[in-house]
Amino acid sequence: MALLEVENLGVFYGAIEALRGVSLCVEAGEVVTLIGANGAGKSTTLRTISGLLQPRSGKIVFDGRPIQNWPPHKVVETGLVQAPEGRKIFSNLTVEENLNLGAFLRNDKAAIAKDRERALEFFPRVRERLAQQAGTLSGGEQQMLAIARALVARPKLLMLDEPSLGLAPQLVQTIFQVIREINRAGTTILLVEQNANMALQVAHRAYVIEVGKIRMEGPAAQLAASDDVRKAYLGAH
Amino acid sequence: MADFAQTLMTTLAVGSLYALIALGYTMVYGILKFINFAHSDIVVLGAWISFTLTRWLFPAVGLDAHNPDSPAPPLWLGASILIAAVVACSLIGFVIERFAYRPLRKAPRLNVLITAIGVSLLLQNLGQLSFMFGPSPQKMPALLSNVELWRLSLPSSGGARNVVIGLVDVMIVGTSAVLMIALEFLVFRTKIGTAMRAVSYDLEASALMGIPVDRIISYTFMLGSALAAAAGFLYALKYPGLNQPAHTTWVLLGLKAFVAAVIGGIGNVRGAVLGGFVIAAVEQFGAYYLSSSYRDVYVFALLIAILLVRPSGLLGSTVREKV
Ligand SMILES: Nc1ncnc2c1ncn2[C@@H]1O[C@H](COP(=O)(O)OP(=O)(O)O)[C@@H](O)[C@H]1O
Ligand SMILES: [Mg+2]
Repeated sequence: MALLEVENLGVFYGAIEALRGVSLCVEAGEVVTLIGANGAGKSTTLRTISGLLQPRSGKIVFDGRPIQNWPPHKVVETGLVQAPEGRKIFSNLTVEENLNLGAFLRNDKAAIAKDRERALEFFPRVRERLAQQAGTLSGGEQQMLAIARALVARPKLLMLDEPSLGLAPQLVQTIFQVIREINRAGTTILLVEQNANMALQVAHRAYVIEVGKIRMEGPAAQLAASDDVRKAYLGAH
Repeated sequence: MADFAQTLMTTLAVGSLYALIALGYTMVYGILKFINFAHSDIVVLGAWISFTLTRWLFPAVGLDAHNPDSPAPPLWLGASILIAAVVACSLIGFVIERFAYRPLRKAPRLNVLITAIGVSLLLQNLGQLSFMFGPSPQKMPALLSNVELWRLSLPSSGGARNVVIGLVDVMIVGTSAVLMIALEFLVFRTKIGTAMRAVSYDLEASALMGIPVDRIISYTFMLGSALAAAAGFLYALKYPGLNQPAHTTWVLLGLKAFVAAVIGGIGNVRGAVLGGFVIAAVEQFGAYYLSSSYRDVYVFALLIAILLVRPSGLLGSTVREKV
């Protein structure tokens, strides 16, 4: 059984049907990417998995437990952690306080300190700014903090919603490099991206979502080579 | 000089009360972004619960609660009544949030606001029922004899005049200071406090951190109500002529505390305390040196002036988010 199994998810915003039966799965150890155009339903998928939205139909099973309709903090407790779109840093708190909030549900001080140390090793620039108000960080630093903060929760599965959004190309390279390293160190990753090019390089497998439905899926390399994907998402003509 | 010192002492005492009440408005606004109109009624409950307990407990220590010249009971009695009122009001605050506001979490802000007004009217009218506190004003028996702590002889326009610093004012300022320092510690130095600040900034992002948002909101209401109860108790200590629960003095007290929260920057805990003292200063000094008939006018005039210059209050942040 896969670590995360999403089956036939149907989600509405009022009368608007945002997801029309989305199914996907993530095996332990993988990097899986969910790519698609703006408004396709990527964030809606992650927000539903995290418990921020209630699905009207479908099933979400994580680590053997059906978690649809669980409140978000219970979902986090199972080890399913999301770094949301737009980073969602608490600008009114210090960088350090932001980081510590990632461990809100944990009490094992020594283990938290270790995970914090590990998270900061991925992002040395965050370490240099621990005492600063988080609102004063640059966009790239905020993204690093958002990922570091999620890591402090010690996720079994880390969901990243558009980590490259609005970042300079060089920073995008750095972020994706770290995503790869985090995965190598043992964390399973579900990566949502509009930057299909980069996402397909990092991921083992990929899903393509279009207007609330999965249109294609397969090994990342295979999708990257397919004509449809190249035309629609990789800017090839 | 003497007049100034006396007015300053009153400012500190009254300012402490405004600050305690303002904290509840500001914390709830900070998290749920609505004005909890029922907050001033928690102050009323705090005062009236204190009164009721005092009536009950005076005979237990051999005193007559109906005799205006009755000596004050031992200190522990007052302290226990304060604690009981605080506990009772935090539970009431919890219940109000749980059953009146939580079901409306996803409803438009206006619905919540109207509900808050409804809760306020409900509390006021319940309080006036004869089996509750009744429809008439009451005299709060003295829980603390207002002993003279210091007597300073200071120069004044008509020669030297004595300024008396009494125990009640000092107790009010001291108790409030302890509560505010404890709150400051809680909000800025503990995990729960960090969670409160996170939830007030971004409820959804907080949930994604694993913060049980509903529980944090409950804590916030309980904390605000606890401070309001303490304010009600201290108010009754200073002004023993307790008006009935729906009387306008209470509404005005709540309104001024709310103004204090707005002047300090609504949502900002330190701002609420600052606002409380600023309001009290304007009110007391204005009343003494200008004219006491306009004491409320000074407060609202200051509100308008400050909002014109700094729309988000003295300590309010103008820039909220970097996108
Ligand atoms: N809060 C909302 N209310 C109504 N519609 C929404 C809301 N959020 C997203 N949508 C709609 O749902 C669809 C999917 O959005 P989203 O999941 O954010 O897309 P993506 O993350 O792929 O860009 C879009 O058509 C969007 O307009
Ligand atoms: Mg999105």
